[in-house]
Amino acid sequence: MRPVYMISGGITKFAKAHPDKDFRLMVKEAFDYAMIDLPGLHRELIDGSVCSYFSDHFTRQLKAGAMVQDYLGLCPKPSRRVEGGGATGGLCFQSAWEAVASGRMEVCLAMGFETMSRVNTWKGNEFIALASDTNFDYPLGGFYSGYYAMMVRRHMHEFGTSVEQMAKVAIKNHANALYNPYAQSPALLTIADVRSSPMVATPLTILDICQMSDGAAVAILASEEMAQQLCSNPARIIGIGCGTDAMRMADRPHGEVPLLPHESAADYADLKYPGVHSFRGGRTAAALAYRMAGITHPVEELDFVELHDAYTSSEIQTCEDLGLCRYGEGGAFVNSGAPFLTNIDYGLQFSPDSRWPKIPINPSGGLLACGHPVGATGLMQAVFAFWQLQGTITKHLGNATLQLPDAKRGLIHSHAGTGTYITASILEKV
Amino acid sequence: MNKNAKLPETDEGTILFNTNPIIIKQHYGIDYIHSYAQDSPFFAGLAQKKLLGSRCPACVYIYATPRSHCMQCGGTTDWYELPKQGRIHTYTTCYAGGEAFLKETPYTLILVEFDGVDTLLLSRLVGAEPDEVTIGMEVRARFRRNAKFNATDIYFVPA
Repeated sequence: MRPVYMISGGITKFAKAHPDKDFRLMVKEAFDYAMIDLPGLHRELIDGSVCSYFSDHFTRQLKAGAMVQDYLGLCPKPSRRVEGGGATGGLCFQSAWEAVASGRMEVCLAMGFETMSRVNTWKGNEFIALASDTNFDYPLGGFYSGYYAMMVRRHMHEFGTSVEQMAKVAIKNHANALYNPYAQSPALLTIADVRSSPMVATPLTILDICQMSDGAAVAILASEEMAQQLCSNPARIIGIGCGTDAMRMADRPHGEVPLLPHESAADYADLKYPGVHSFRGGRTAAALAYRMAGITHPVEELDFVELHDAYTSSEIQTCEDLGLCRYGEGGAFVNSGAPFLTNIDYGLQFSPDSRWPKIPINPSGGLLACGHPVGATGLMQAVFAFWQLQGTITKHLGNATLQLPDAKRGLIHSHAGTGTYITASILEKV
Repeated sequence: MNKNAKLPETDEGTILFNTNPIIIKQHYGIDYIHSYAQDSPFFAGLAQKKLLGSRCPACVYIYATPRSHCMQCGGTTDWYELPKQGRIHTYTTCYAGGEAFLKETPYTLILVEFDGVDTLLLSRLVGAEPDEVTIGMEVRARFRRNAKFNATDIYFVPA
C-alpha cells in the first residue's frame, strides 16, 4: 500500500430540506466547492469516484450514484456506490483510500449525500429502522432512538453516567455549531433546555438526538505524487480501521474488553463487554487505525476528534471505545471539560482532571448540531478535519473560532446501526 | 399511422404542494411475500406459547434469539426452549416511533435476560407505568391468543 492524502473537500449547507436542489445538484455544489478550492485540480485528473448514500427509500431512485456521476461529468470513469447505514460516509472515505492506496487510482473522489426531507420525520424513522433486523427488532417500534435509549440506560446502570453529562454533550456541540455556517441547528443551550425538551425515548430528549437533513459532502484523495503536484497543504491519511457487530444488539456477547495499548486487563476486571453499553465495532476500528498510525496513547497523540454523535449518549460511549478515556469514564470525561473548546463560553463549570488533556470532540458541532444527511455525514467529518489540519477554518467558515491553534492529527469516526459498521480514519497535517 | 393520436386524458390529478420548485405527492407502497425461512420454528413456537432460542452444542452457548448457526463456531445450533420468566437488562419508554407505530405510543421496550442464557431478547413490556420499570425487575412472558406471526406475538408483563 502506498501513502494516501486528502487534497480537497467541499460541503453544502446541511438543512432540514433543500427542495430547490436534488441530490445531483447538492453533490455538484460540494464538488464545485472542492474543485475551486484547489485550482490545479481539473476533472480530467480525477480517475474515478465512490458514491455514498444510505437509503434507497429516502432517495426513491435506485442507482442514484450513477446519476451523480453523470451530472458531475465523470462518465465513463469508474465509480461505485458504498452503503453501510450511518457509517456510509466513513466507508466511502475508506473505499476511496483503498482505490488510491492500491494504485488503482491516482486521484479518487469520495462523494456522498442524503435527501431525508422527502418523507415526514416519522416515516423517516421507519426507513432508518429498516436498517435494524426487520424480523425481530423493527416490528417492536421501528425506532432507533428506542435502541439507543436502552443502550444508554444500561451505560448509566453500569457506570453511573447521568443525563446531565449527556446534556453537556448537546450543549457543547450545538454551541460549537454557532460558529459553523454549514450547520443545521446551532444553539446556545442549558442543561434545563435539554432536559425539558420533548421526551422521545427515556432518557433521551429530542435535544439528545441528531436531526434528519438534506446535504452533500465530498473528499478528494490522491497519491503522494499527485498530492505534491496539486496541493500545498494536503493531509496524510495515516490510519484506517473498521469494525462490526451483530445486527441485533440483543445478540451481543458479554465477554472481555479488547484492550488498546495503553490499557490493561485489570482496568476492566468486572466489566462484561460489549453488552449493550459499548460498541465492540468502534473499539475494533480504533485499534486497527491506531496500530496503522503507530498511536499508543490516543488522548495524548490526537489533537481533535470528529465522531458520530447521533446521540449525546453515543458520543460518551464512543469516547470510551476510542480509548480517549477508559470504559465507564465517559461521563467524567465530559465533566472535566476535556472535549470542550477553550475559547467558547458554554455556560458550564468543569472539573478539570489530570487524566485528560484538552482534546476537542466534534469542534464542528457534530451530527447533533450539523445534522445527519447520512451518506454525507462521514465525509462532512473528513472535510472539517481536513480544514482543521490545513489551518483553513477561517477561510471556509468565515470566522476563526473553531480553528484549533496547533492541530496536527485528527480522527474521524463514522458509525452505523447499533454499532454494526464503524470506521475510524486518522488524518495528519503534512 | 395517425398523426393526430392522443393520450387519453384522465380525471386523476396530482397533489401539488408548491410550484417553485414544483413539489408533488408521490406514492410508493409494496406488499412483500416474506418467508421467515430457517427462523420459522421460532414464530410457529410463539403461536404455541413457546419461546425458542438457539443452543450451540459445540460452544455450549445459548442465544435468546433464533440463530440457526452459531455466531462463534459457525456450527448448526439446536432449538432451545427459553424460560418464561426473566429479568429486565435495560429498558426505555418510547413517546415516538416509526410512523406505523405512532398510534402505539407510549410503549416500553425491554431487553430481557434469562438465567443460564448468554444473550438477550428484545420485547415489549406491558402492565407497568414508565416510572415503575427498573433494571433487574422480574418479568414474565405472555403470548397473543391469536398469533400474528411476528415478533409482537410475545410480550412481557411484571412477574
